[in-house]
Amino acid sequence: MQLVDETALDELALGAAVLGTGGGGDPYIGKIMSRQAIRDYGPIQMLSLDELADEDLVVPSAMMGAPTVMVEKMPSGDDVLNAFETISRYLNQPIRATMSIEAGGLNSVVPLYLAARLQIPLVDCDGMGRAFPELQMVTHTLHGLSATPMAMSDERGNTLLLETIDNLWTETFARSITIDMGATALIALYPATVAQLKECAIHGTMSRAREIGRIIMNARRQEANPVDSVRAALDGFLVFEGKVSDVERRTEGGFARGDAYMEGIHEYEGKRLRLSFQNEHLAARIDDQFIVTVPDLIAVLDAESAEPITTEGLRYGFRVAVIAFPCAAQWRTEAGIELVGPRYFGYDVDYIPVEERLGS
Amino acid sequence: MRIGIDVGGTNTDIVLMEGREVRAWYKTPTTADVTAGIINSLRHIIDEVSLDPASLDGVMIGTTHFTNAVVERRHLQETACLRLGLPATVCLPPMVDWPDDLRDVVGNHYFLAHGGHEFDGRVISPFDESEIRGIAEQIRDRGISAVAISSVFSPVNTEFEVRAGEIVADVIPDANVTLSSEIGRIGLLERENAAIMNGCLRTLALRTIAGFRAALEQMAIEAPFFISQNDGTLMNAEFAADYPVLTFASGPTNSMRGAAFLSGLRDAIVVDVGGTTTDIGVLQQGFPRVAALAVDIGGVRTNFRMPDTYNIGLGGGSLVQSEPIAVGPRSVGYEITDRALIFGGEEMTASDVMVATGKVDIGDRSRVTQITADFAQNVEGHMLEMVTNAVDRMKTSATPVPVIVVGGGSILLQEEIPGSSEMLKPPHFAVANAIGAAIAQVGGECDRIFSLEGSTRDEVLDQAKDEARQRAIAAGATSDSIEIVDVEEVPLAYLPGNAIRIAVKAVGDLEGA
Repeated sequence: MQLVDETALDELALGAAVLGTGGGGDPYIGKIMSRQAIRDYGPIQMLSLDELADEDLVVPSAMMGAPTVMVEKMPSGDDVLNAFETISRYLNQPIRATMSIEAGGLNSVVPLYLAARLQIPLVDCDGMGRAFPELQMVTHTLHGLSATPMAMSDERGNTLLLETIDNLWTETFARSITIDMGATALIALYPATVAQLKECAIHGTMSRAREIGRIIMNARRQEANPVDSVRAALDGFLVFEGKVSDVERRTEGGFARGDAYMEGIHEYEGKRLRLSFQNEHLAARIDDQFIVTVPDLIAVLDAESAEPITTEGLRYGFRVAVIAFPCAAQWRTEAGIELVGPRYFGYDVDYIPVEERLGS
Repeated sequence: MRIGIDVGGTNTDIVLMEGREVRAWYKTPTTADVTAGIINSLRHIIDEVSLDPASLDGVMIGTTHFTNAVVERRHLQETACLRLGLPATVCLPPMVDWPDDLRDVVGNHYFLAHGGHEFDGRVISPFDESEIRGIAEQIRDRGISAVAISSVFSPVNTEFEVRAGEIVADVIPDANVTLSSEIGRIGLLERENAAIMNGCLRTLALRTIAGFRAALEQMAIEAPFFISQNDGTLMNAEFAADYPVLTFASGPTNSMRGAAFLSGLRDAIVVDVGGTTTDIGVLQQGFPRVAALAVDIGGVRTNFRMPDTYNIGLGGGSLVQSEPIAVGPRSVGYEITDRALIFGGEEMTASDVMVATGKVDIGDRSRVTQITADFAQNVEGHMLEMVTNAVDRMKTSATPVPVIVVGGGSILLQEEIPGSSEMLKPPHFAVANAIGAAIAQVGGECDRIFSLEGSTRDEVLDQAKDEARQRAIAAGATSDSIEIVDVEEVPLAYLPGNAIRIAVKAVGDLEGA
């Protein structure tokens, strides 16, 4: 068991933003929400799956919609609770704990708000080990677990409950309901028992995020190189160092898609990196050669402070380090690659694990 | 003719400009009584060129007075914040992320009420007049007259803030009301923070602006006067008394705009070497490149458009160490004229080393003879490398760009900076700030979310540009001088329906300039 206090929250949010690979929006709002809840209700218990009983029910909570709207219309707090408690009522059983559906940005910290406010445990796992843009892109899907019953709440007190035939339909309906709710909704979904999560979830994601955050903060304090420290801790690879020279953005199918181009510096002088994203970073090419793709993780960090940069914050002129590191083993199965591999996102290239591409 | 005045924490600088020519300038220590300092410098300039005050078209003043008041927690008045948006936003009340000491000074008076809008203009909950009236009465009963009002998505629709402001003014006769939509952009907490800081500065602003006016009257200057804003444009004095928060960070902007003017360049890197630090910024089309990240003022998060500057601890007063060679960040600062070797002091500063190279001749040269030529050369190389790295960090491509060097410490840079196409040290570089104030234009902004349903991208872009243009005209710009200087569009992630956020900035010349 770990206790998540204000310091741990800062570390966790920073580390989760690295695992978030550019997606999930600015964690600022979620972080101060959780911080305030920790101040008001006390620190959060973080438990590993082994510390819970197999039959315990766990329901993740999250925010769906546009992070750009979230910075203006913040949640009421009750909306987070409403979605969660609606699932409990519908299933007619108590929920033992909550968890993050993904690591990254806002959604890694929204469950902390709920956990602090209800004083229930947060489970040290998630469904991605990173962030992905679509709701069905979780390891739960690989194990045939349904996203529904899923509850969606707005700040007015409306709650909708969804039962769908598969997780893709859940994504479709939930997207349009989110718009009607004012472009943000608080959601609870993928209810599962601890026994099921032991099979399907990615274990230890939250403590991993916290560890990454702690490593970066320590390196900054000791004036060591935080980029190198975090790369080493993740068994990752430095892919590129350079300056952002252009960012092309377009809205397609409700997602922020685009490409960022970077001109190399130091040992990458003369090279050009093209980074493609759909909310999260999906693929990186150097001089038109793919060097890393989903489901492996690509993080863009400020070259000096190792502060993770979101796709929305990516700007002309930023000096960055790009690091890549291996995804969870579950994503490297045939079904995993089909669900979140490069071809799903429209890249005509086979998935090759990052350590095979760059390990030599 | 125009007069530009920069009232800084240390110095008050003044310039007299006729067209593009600097007719006279003067630098004097800032006095505790700001008015007296301004009168001194005005008198000096008027006497120097036998100026007829009637020939002045305008006086432009840049000041760090209000920023310093917040940073130092001085002269701030208790302010109430009224936020409309219930039932949304409850979990993050106003001032939630403020430093405790500042929140205490301002009083932590906040009230949440119904109201607010969605991103597409729908109402979150209806405006409740009796609810607002009740809150206004509570504020009045606490003896508070400064009120900041915020409403969710007020940049999209200002109606609720305006109506709430009218009710507050009706209930509290001497109320001074700040509406968040008049000073900030999308981002409720940041915009609200700015509105509250504005509220707590209003009394100080009235007093300060009255002091400026008294100084001008005493010198028989009847020309209109203006105050610089953070984005490098001007506001008239009456407006500034209502919106003091808009002066935050006008200093670096004025200095960069002054550098652009003095050099005649519109795209360049500006290196401003002071006594303790060097600030490096980027000019794009004659305006500073704006920082992308949230900017803290006195520990409070804001989303003002601030110049994107990078600072290193190198200045004329930086202390030099020999084994290994290191310069700064410790500095003797403004005490350089007592503590540097060349001025009879005991500390080896960056300026001493430059005198030892023989390339610079200030102070008493005989006091640095013990510094060897080798050592001086190594230290100079080290400082050049510090600046080169910082300039490189701010550049957007490997292509060499012009570098403009300004500021009192610019004697430290005697050699061309690698990666620059040319290095300019324009005349009057020491008063670039005041010149930046004197040449400032007026501007208008539009920043909100547009829906692309039923209209093309070009149509909404034109609409945004037109709104920005109208605001520039309302601020006093002549319509034929208006230029669109910045367009930024951000598609909103995770949303179908093609919503897009567009921010446009327009600037133009003042009437009569």
